[in-house]
Amino acid sequence: MRLTIWGCRGSVPTPGPETLECGGNTSCVEVSLDNGTALVLDAGTGIRRLGQQLLERGTKRVHLLLTHLHLDHVEGLRFFGPLWDAQTTIDIWGPPSPLLSLKERIGRSFSPPLFPIDLAAVPADVEFHDVPRAPWTLAGATLTADLVVHPGPTVGFRVETPTSSFAYLPDHEPALAGVIAGRSTDWLSGASVAENADVLFHDAQYSDEEYEERIGWGHSSIGDAVTFSRAVGARRLLLFHHEPAHSDDLLEGLEAQARAVAGGDGSSLTLAREGMVVDLP
Amino acid sequence: MARRHKHLVLILARELASNLATPTLIANDEGQLVFYNEAAEEIVGRTFAETGEMPLDDWTGSFVPRARDSQESLPAGRRPARIALDERRAAHEQFRITSLDGSDRDVAVTAFPLFAHADEFVGIMAIFWREQPGA
Repeated sequence: MRLTIWGCRGSVPTPGPETLECGGNTSCVEVSLDNGTALVLDAGTGIRRLGQQLLERGTKRVHLLLTHLHLDHVEGLRFFGPLWDAQTTIDIWGPPSPLLSLKERIGRSFSPPLFPIDLAAVPADVEFHDVPRAPWTLAGATLTADLVVHPGPTVGFRVETPTSSFAYLPDHEPALAGVIAGRSTDWLSGASVAENADVLFHDAQYSDEEYEERIGWGHSSIGDAVTFSRAVGARRLLLFHHEPAHSDDLLEGLEAQARAVAGGDGSSLTLAREGMVVDLP
Repeated sequence: MARRHKHLVLILARELASNLATPTLIANDEGQLVFYNEAAEEIVGRTFAETGEMPLDDWTGSFVPRARDSQESLPAGRRPARIALDERRAAHEQFRITSLDGSDRDVAVTAFPLFAHADEFVGIMAIFWREQPGA
């Protein structure tokens, strides 16, 4: 399993000289399985460049897994090249809602005044699916989706092969549901997808000081991300969903703080960076 | 996913209950008592840590719920938590119980179902309203 980060910025794209190192595109991660299948996690602006790559590779089947439908996680979808290729089949998976189907909710962003072309006019063969409550299999990998603490219907994902596991929780505020440290994992939001993962990408949008002013906004402090990772026994943590106001320099300072909190040699903790590739056995 | 992980709605409900001064209990969709708060411990006479998770009916039965006037056992069909579990609707009832410390208490209980996104039934909450005997 290979993980490629196409976007790890939170909330809004932040291009510019101060974000060249970590990147300014919003959430998008490619999961390449050994059989060549491409799973795509979230459709932030990073998905635009990924789409170009997939077209160049001749990929004809894409599974797109959406954690939720906040704008920074879907705003790249309209510019995802495979969507405009009639030879491509795309399965889009997302959290259920009691009111509107996934197709109807996504369709809102494919309509005036937000966009000139209706979803029905998209050339690709697109199917929409609510994520199942139980684990399911896609292209030889076992996927798990479970609701997590974040405003509105939001899930985290776990992708597991016989040899490795990856958990993806880009927008998650577990501290809102109680103290993380010392809590039994059966009562810990996100633990059902992250427990004992080989690699965990977790929301770390705020410094600990910033978080005190933004409790309930749906995101975690870097300290809480480290505590959560330790609580669920993840072997490696990538700090994800960077605050738009955080420059590369600031993020590197926060990474050093996080490593100090985590202890050890810090090798199991790093900032997510656009373009980073993580290989798992 | 492993069943032992609680549904997000139950996790959030527990956090709410933990911060309420009103006695509150939570059961999952299978009728398993999974939590009651400190305020409920006063009525129950035992901490949740001592009780642990158990079938809600077993737990309720240990308090000998009965009608206030006739003292007859309150049938399951009149127990609000059981109604909320079976019929997935809100229910309210006044009755008398005997706490584990042996004291009789008149209580009113309101129970209601918890539905997650897409109308998934995940459990119930029950709230105890303390009343004076004979009130």
